[in-house]
Amino acid sequence: MLKNIEKNMTKEQRLKKRYRAEKRFKMYGLISVSLAVIFVLILVQNIFSKGSSAFSRTMIEVEVNYDSSLLELDSPINQNSLKDADFYDLAVESLLKIYPAKDSKEERQILRLFSPDYEFEIKDFLIKNPNKIDQVVPVKITASDDIDQLNKGNFPRDLPEDRRRVSNYQLNIYDNLVEKEKINKKFNNYLFTKGDSRDPELAGIGGSLMGSFFTIIICLILSFPIAIMASIYLEEFAPKNKITDFIEININNLAAVPSIVYGLLGLGILLSVMEFPRSTPLVAGITLSLMTLPRIIIPCRASLKAVPPSIREAALSVGASKFQTVFHHVVPLAMPGTLSGTIIGLAQALGETAPLILIGMVAFVVDIPSSPVDPSASLPVQVYLWSEQAERGFVEKTSATIMMLLGFLIVMNFIAVYLRQKFEKKWN
Amino acid sequence: MELNNSKIKIKAKNLNVFYGKKQALFDINLDINQKEVTALIGPSGCGKSTFIRCINRMNDVIDICKVEGSVEIDGAEINEKNVDVVTLREKVGMVFQKPNPFPKSIYDNIAYGPIIHGAAENKNQMDNIVETSLKKAALWDEVKDRLNEPGTSLSGGQQQRLCIARALSVNPEVILMDEPCSALDPIATAKIEELIDDLKKSYTIVIVTHSMAQAVRVSQKTGFFHLGKIIEVDSTEKIFKNPANKMTQDYITGRFG
Ligand SMILES: Nc1ncnc2c1ncn2[C@@H]1O[C@H](COP(=O)(O)OP(=O)(O)O)[C@@H](O)[C@H]1O
Ligand SMILES: [Mg+2]
Repeated sequence: MLKNIEKNMTKEQRLKKRYRAEKRFKMYGLISVSLAVIFVLILVQNIFSKGSSAFSRTMIEVEVNYDSSLLELDSPINQNSLKDADFYDLAVESLLKIYPAKDSKEERQILRLFSPDYEFEIKDFLIKNPNKIDQVVPVKITASDDIDQLNKGNFPRDLPEDRRRVSNYQLNIYDNLVEKEKINKKFNNYLFTKGDSRDPELAGIGGSLMGSFFTIIICLILSFPIAIMASIYLEEFAPKNKITDFIEININNLAAVPSIVYGLLGLGILLSVMEFPRSTPLVAGITLSLMTLPRIIIPCRASLKAVPPSIREAALSVGASKFQTVFHHVVPLAMPGTLSGTIIGLAQALGETAPLILIGMVAFVVDIPSSPVDPSASLPVQVYLWSEQAERGFVEKTSATIMMLLGFLIVMNFIAVYLRQKFEKKWN
Repeated sequence: MELNNSKIKIKAKNLNVFYGKKQALFDINLDINQKEVTALIGPSGCGKSTFIRCINRMNDVIDICKVEGSVEIDGAEINEKNVDVVTLREKVGMVFQKPNPFPKSIYDNIAYGPIIHGAAENKNQMDNIVETSLKKAALWDEVKDRLNEPGTSLSGGQQQRLCIARALSVNPEVILMDEPCSALDPIATAKIEELIDDLKKSYTIVIVTHSMAQAVRVSQKTGFFHLGKIIEVDSTEKIFKNPANKMTQDYITGRFG
C-alpha cells in the first residue's frame, strides 16, 4: 500500500513529504524533552520552596541577668563549676521579663515561646563568655517551632484562637517583640549539628548524615575490593564454561533483585542469627554492600571488556605474562569506568530506604553516632521519619533533607561522569 | 637461488591447529631461514595468521584453540608444557595488522618490555635502549623531541614503526609481522618495507601479506597457503616467475583470492 502512494507522487511531492516527516519527528522529540524538563523543574521547585526556610532559624533576643547568686555555686567560678551549675532559675527569671504576665498560666505561655533548650543555650553562652558573670547581656535564644513558623509566615493567624497553637496573648508578645526588633533570623546550624528531636526547631540531620556516611564507607570497603577482584577474575582469568556462564547469569539476576529482599536477608541473618547490633550503620553497610556488589560487578566487567584485545596482544607479544598484562594495562585502562560504576552503585545505596527500615534503622535516635556500631538513622530514612510528622517545622526539614540527599547524589554522579570523560582513553 | 647455505631458524613439522572442532591448519611443514624475510601469502581465511601465531604461541590465549604438532626454533621444541612463553615471546617479537601502541608516552611504549624483563639497570641504560630501538625502527629523528607525547598521537605509519621499535626493544631474534601495512598508505608502506629490508640483516622475519607486490619486494622466500594447507614454498623468485603448482599460478595472477 505504501508503495502505491509513493508511486502516485512526483519526486517533488515525495521530497516534501520526507521533510514534513522529519519536521514532525523533531517536534515530538522536543515536546517530550520539554515535558521531562518541566516535571523535573516542578519537583525541584516544590522541594526548594518548601525546604529553603529550614536553613534559617528564628531567634528571640532576651536580656539575661547572669546573677551568680541564682546559680548557687559552691566553688570558685570556672568552666567546670559552670558546667555543673543549674541555670533553670536564672533562665526562667530572665525570660519572664520580656513581657508582663498576670498568672502562672501566662508565665507558662511565655516560656513556650522558646525552644525547650533555652536553659542550655543560656548556659552555653556564659561558658563561652565567662567574664559576663553578674552582668545583664542580650542573648539570642532559639524560638519555639510555632514562633519560628509564625515568623516565617507559615502560620495561619486568622483562625479562631481555639483552633490554633498560638494564643492571642502569645501573639501579642510576638508582635511586641517584633516591634522592638527582638526577633530575628539566623543561619540554622542546628540543621547540620543536631540529631533527631521531638521538637522540630531542635531537630537536625547531623545524626543521619553521620549514619549515612558510616553506612556508605562500610558499603564501599566491603563491596569495592570484592567487586573488582570478582570482575577481574571472571573477565580475564576464568575459563569460559558452563559454571562461569551460570555465575554470570546469576550476577545479572542479583542486580535486579528488589532491594527490600536484601533487607530481609540482613534481618534474617545479620540480626537474628549473627546478632549484630540493631539499627547500626554496620548492619546497614553490610546489607547494602550485598545489594551493591552485583551492581558494581556489572559495570566493572563492562569496562574491562571495553579494553580492546589489541592492547592485551601488544603486552603479551613483548613478553608480559597474563598477570602483568592484566594488572599493568587492562586494569588501569578500565579504572575510570570501574570507579564511575562504583560511585553510581554507592549513590544508589545512599538513596536506599526499604532495606534499612527492615533492619531497624527507623528508630528515633537523638545522639549523633560516633562509630558504625552506634544506633543511627540515615538520610533517606530520616526523610521517611519526618515526612510522617504533622508539625510544619518537620515539613520544611523533610524537604531540606531531600535537598541534601539530592545534592549528594548529584555530586556523586557528577564525579562519576567526570572520571569517565577525563580519564577514559580514546582508542583510535 | 637454492637456500642450502642458509641456516634454518624455525621449523614447523606436521602442524595442525583447531578452533574448537574446526580445523584451521592441516599438516603444515615449513622451514624458515635465519636472517631472511619469509612471506606468507594466500586468500583471506586460509590460516596465515593462525600459522604465525603458532611461532610465538599467541594462540595459547584463545581458549578454544588447540595446536598439535611441532615448531622448533634453533632446534628446540616450543610446543611443550615446560617451555616458558614469556621467554619465548622475548625471543619472538610480533607486529600486528592494526598499529596497537599502548595509550602511554612514546618513551613508555618502548620501555615497557625492557622494564618487565629487567633489561636496564638505570635510567641511562633505559634511555639508550629507547634510543637504539627507535633508531632501528627509523623513527628516532621524527620523535626524539616528543618522547613524552602519547604514542597514539603519531600518524598510522609512525605508530606501526613505534610498534616495530617496541618489538625490537627486548632484543628478539625473530620478528613476526601480520599484514603490517594493510592499514597504511603507500608512502608509509614504502617506509616500512625499506625498514624490513634493513632489519633482515640482524633478524629473522616472517611477514604475512595480502599484497603480492610486497612479497616480491621484501621477501626471499614465499609460502602460499590455501584453505589451511601449504600449497607451495620456494624462493620468492621461483614462486612468482615459475610456480610449480597450478593453484599458486592462479592466485598470483589474480584469478582467485
Ligand atoms: N579466534 C578464532 N576463533 C575461531 N576461529 C578462528 C579464530 N581465528 C581464526 N579462526 C578461523 O581460522 C581460519 C584461519 O583464520 P586466519 O588464520 O585468521 O586466516 P588469515 O590470517 O589467513 O586470513 C578462518 O577460517 C577463521 O575463521
Ligand atoms: Mg590474518
